[in-house]
Amino acid sequence: MSKRILIVDDEPNIVVSLEWLMKREGFDTAVAADGEAALAAVARDAPDLVVLDVMLPTMNGFEVCRRIRSEPRWSGIKILILTAKGRDTEVAKGLGLGADAYVTKPFSTKDLVAQIKQMVGAA
Amino acid sequence: MLERSVIVLASFSYLGVLFAIARYGDKRAEAGRSIIANPYIYALSLAVYCSTWTFYGSVGRAASSGIGFLPVYLGPTLMVALWWYVWRKVIRISKTYRITSIADFVASRYGKSQALGGLVTVIAVLGIIPYISLQLKAISQSFTILLHHPALVMPAQAAERPFFQDSALYIAMMLAAFTILFGTRHLDATERHEGLVAAIAFESVVKLLAFLAVGAFVTYVVYDGVGDIFARAQHDPRLRGLLTVPPSPASYGTWAFVTVLSMLSIMFLPRQFQISVVENVDEGHLGKAIWLFPLYLLLINLFVLPLALGGLMLFAGRGVDADTFVLTLPMSLNRDGLALFAFLGGLSAGTGMVIVETIALSTMVCNDLVMPVLLRQRWLRLNERRDLSGLLIAIRRLAIAAILILGYIYFRAAGEAYALVAIGLISFAAVAQFAPAILGGIYWKGGTRAGAMSGLVAGFAVWAYTLALPSFAKSGWLPRAFLTDGLFGIALLRPLELFGLTGLDEISHALFWSLLANVALYVGVSLAGRPAVAERNQAALFVDVFLHTHGVDRSRTWRGSASVQELLALTGRFLGPERAHEGFLAYARRRGLPDPRALVADADLVHFAETLLAGAIGSASARVMVASTVQEEPPTLDEVMDILDEASQVRAYSHQLELKSRELLEATAELRAANLRLQELDRMKDDFMSTVTHELRTPLTSIRSFSEILLDNPGIDAAERGRFLAIIVKETQRLSRLINQVLDLSKIEAGSAEWHAAEVDVEDVVREAVDSTSQLFREQGVAVAVSATAGVPAVRADRDRLMQVMINLLSNAVKYCPRGEGYVEVRVAAVADGVRVDVRDNGPGIAREDQETIFEKFRRVGDTVGPRPPGSGLGLPISRRIVEHFGGRLWVDSEPGRGAIFSFVLPLDRGAEPGREEAQAAG
Amino acid sequence: MERPGRTGQRLVAVFTAGVILLNYPILFLFARPVSAAGVPILYLYVFGAWTALIAALAYVIERSRE
Repeated sequence: MSKRILIVDDEPNIVVSLEWLMKREGFDTAVAADGEAALAAVARDAPDLVVLDVMLPTMNGFEVCRRIRSEPRWSGIKILILTAKGRDTEVAKGLGLGADAYVTKPFSTKDLVAQIKQMVGAA
Repeated sequence: MLERSVIVLASFSYLGVLFAIARYGDKRAEAGRSIIANPYIYALSLAVYCSTWTFYGSVGRAASSGIGFLPVYLGPTLMVALWWYVWRKVIRISKTYRITSIADFVASRYGKSQALGGLVTVIAVLGIIPYISLQLKAISQSFTILLHHPALVMPAQAAERPFFQDSALYIAMMLAAFTILFGTRHLDATERHEGLVAAIAFESVVKLLAFLAVGAFVTYVVYDGVGDIFARAQHDPRLRGLLTVPPSPASYGTWAFVTVLSMLSIMFLPRQFQISVVENVDEGHLGKAIWLFPLYLLLINLFVLPLALGGLMLFAGRGVDADTFVLTLPMSLNRDGLALFAFLGGLSAGTGMVIVETIALSTMVCNDLVMPVLLRQRWLRLNERRDLSGLLIAIRRLAIAAILILGYIYFRAAGEAYALVAIGLISFAAVAQFAPAILGGIYWKGGTRAGAMSGLVAGFAVWAYTLALPSFAKSGWLPRAFLTDGLFGIALLRPLELFGLTGLDEISHALFWSLLANVALYVGVSLAGRPAVAERNQAALFVDVFLHTHGVDRSRTWRGSASVQELLALTGRFLGPERAHEGFLAYARRRGLPDPRALVADADLVHFAETLLAGAIGSASARVMVASTVQEEPPTLDEVMDILDEASQVRAYSHQLELKSRELLEATAELRAANLRLQELDRMKDDFMSTVTHELRTPLTSIRSFSEILLDNPGIDAAERGRFLAIIVKETQRLSRLINQVLDLSKIEAGSAEWHAAEVDVEDVVREAVDSTSQLFREQGVAVAVSATAGVPAVRADRDRLMQVMINLLSNAVKYCPRGEGYVEVRVAAVADGVRVDVRDNGPGIAREDQETIFEKFRRVGDTVGPRPPGSGLGLPISRRIVEHFGGRLWVDSEPGRGAIFSFVLPLDRGAEPGREEAQAAG
Repeated sequence: MERPGRTGQRLVAVFTAGVILLNYPILFLFARPVSAAGVPILYLYVFGAWTALIAALAYVIERSRE
């Protein structure tokens, strides 16, 4: 059974590129354009990994991260924060909230794919 | 028997005796054994008040008005009772500050003003000259009458004789010589003349004895006592009126006014000031004089009415002037010795007055009028002379001669128009003008130089108008119409009925108006202005003279008058009796005494009481309180005010401190706010940078991703490749647009943007902007409509920038409109201050609290609510800055759920100018 | 020793009495054609009041010096 990846970003073009990349690697993908939609998607069908932007409408990525981590049944979900906010404090904040990885935009597609595959144990 | 030679010899012998007494008095004074240092001499010398005016004039006045001559003597009797306070203070002030005349006193009080001293001198001289001429008249009259002895010839028309045959001239010259001999033999630092005072006291004895002798002779030898004279008079219908007073308001008024007038004269006649203040040896002499001087006045008036009645009855129908009764009664009864004695009494009254008066006046003229002028004449080089006493004496001698000559001239010119009494009262009214400035000056610190000056000038002017000028008119120097019709024929300005005031006699009328003007201006001008520092200092020194002269005599006197009981009571008043008693008991025990009552009220105890009080009411107040007890004087209102002043000063200081510390706090708060603002700005700059980088990273991310995908996957199908390349191109455009906008904004903010101002048709720009965004509207399914009112004027603006604003607003509106049913309406209209453009959408609207933040950079409302629309977040801030650059404003009006209206107004004539300049500068 | 402040106050009282006694209206109560021992009462009254005032002044002053 292939791994499920939830892509959370409000930039359509970035979503397009991420979707394409994940599908190429054989993952199932789902997309959410804002924080609340992301939580709803997680609740509906828990993914193996969430690629999470921080600057999101309705609820920012940090909050989404915190909520997922506050639910024990979702403890298996890996979270990768992918954001243009690259300051150390924000990296620390994301990791502190329970994210498993923090990648800044713009990203290297190769590195990102490698990172995700490693995280979901597909490699 | 009474030959001319006898009379002249007797006169000169009398003057010789006077001179001998004066010499003796001066010698004793130089030897330090003063003969005048006792209250009896002081009281007698005060009787210089009784001049020939009293000696001859009282009988004359009594012969015409009965008891009406008395207020002139009752006033001083009443006034001296107040001298305990008033004159003691004036004497203390004068001794402390070495004051030598009434002019000096006034000048010194009001900031040592030379002008004021000069003014007082002029008033005194002009006011007193009639009075001096009156003495000349009386002496020369009595001399002439005595010469014709035994016939009774009235010297009716002295003015008709050539002046060289006029005895008055020789009398004036003789008096001048005698005064110069008496008063200006040497210059005394204190202007005191002990010998003179002794001679004056002697003269007072002579004139009193002479008058009493004549009075007693007529009353008890000619008639059978006072009762006999009155009884006979009552049978004479012409005399009955003199025995009572007509009960009319006029007579009450005259009585009261003359009383007041003489109360003031006893202080402010220059000779009285000279004798009672300047020549005073010891403040303590004042006490006995308070009852001795009135007694003298009583005695010299006892026989006035009997003499007047007796004379009127004896001389009935013989045309004898009542002013001469004192002399003519003994003459007509062939009592030559008594007549000569009466003549000498009149001479003593006249000489005493003239000598002291001219000395006082000459001191003023010299010190306050001539010397100030001379010292200003640089060419005289007076400042370089070491000894000016010779000059001073010369000036005084000249002044004495000049004053007597003026008196003589007045006598020749006007002397016949008035009875003796009337002339004297004119002078009284003149010197009464000094009262407000002096009495105000010693009790009221608020009196100012300007106030005193205006009061004196006004009072003197009214005096001159209502008394001096009428006397000239009566003497024929001025047309009589001046009296009857008033100045310029204005009835209200009649000098004797000023402003229509009738019912008062001449003197009361003048006194009323002049003192009214004087007091009103003195008080009014003083209150209206502010005293200079020098005036304030002098005011304090004068008013608080008893505080400032604590000196040696104070320390001598307080010990006697302070008592343990009083100190205890005082302390008890503030601390409570029990605590005060405990304190005193402890103090006594420390001294080995069983009881506070055994204590001695010495300096230590006073100090102890003061310290005790200081704990309760503060040290300054305690000092004043203790001082008041120790001096046996209750704290005056001023002292209490001083205490309050000090307290309020302390309060003022603490208030200032409070203000300062509050200011400090405010400054700190401002600093803190500025600091916060700086931190805020710093944070905003940080945020801006982080936002800019975020905004840049986002398109970069897409570009990089798709570029890598295309690079790593050469086998990608053509359609997909095309789609990805289109994304890359679009994101690249977005990136450059963003970079352009950031640069644009920073240029506008830095003021280095280029502007090309021209006449712009706003409606035209709006339509073009709608056209160029029509594609966007169509894509989003949003309808757009433009409406414009007719006659929208052109504005000066940069067409491209205005287009940028419109496109921003339109694309903004589209972004937030619901797809499919969106509707944007653009309106252009002329308004009062320019052209207004509204862009209205039917989107979600903007909450009130967000309506300003949307104009901040990168602040898009909707960051957290609803889908984020595309855009850099710089459009609105740039648009607002553009509109503001042209002098207009851009704002939003919205309610959530009801869409939003973005509006801007461009003014008609402003904003273009700087744009053109910048364009030219750029070109 | 008598307090000097008292003396001053007493003198003011004598002064006040004098002003009242020797002025309208009291003075004019005696302005009527009545005589005592041949002397009109106005004359007697004025000199009597005057003498009394002087006596009062003398009393106040001399008492303060004792």
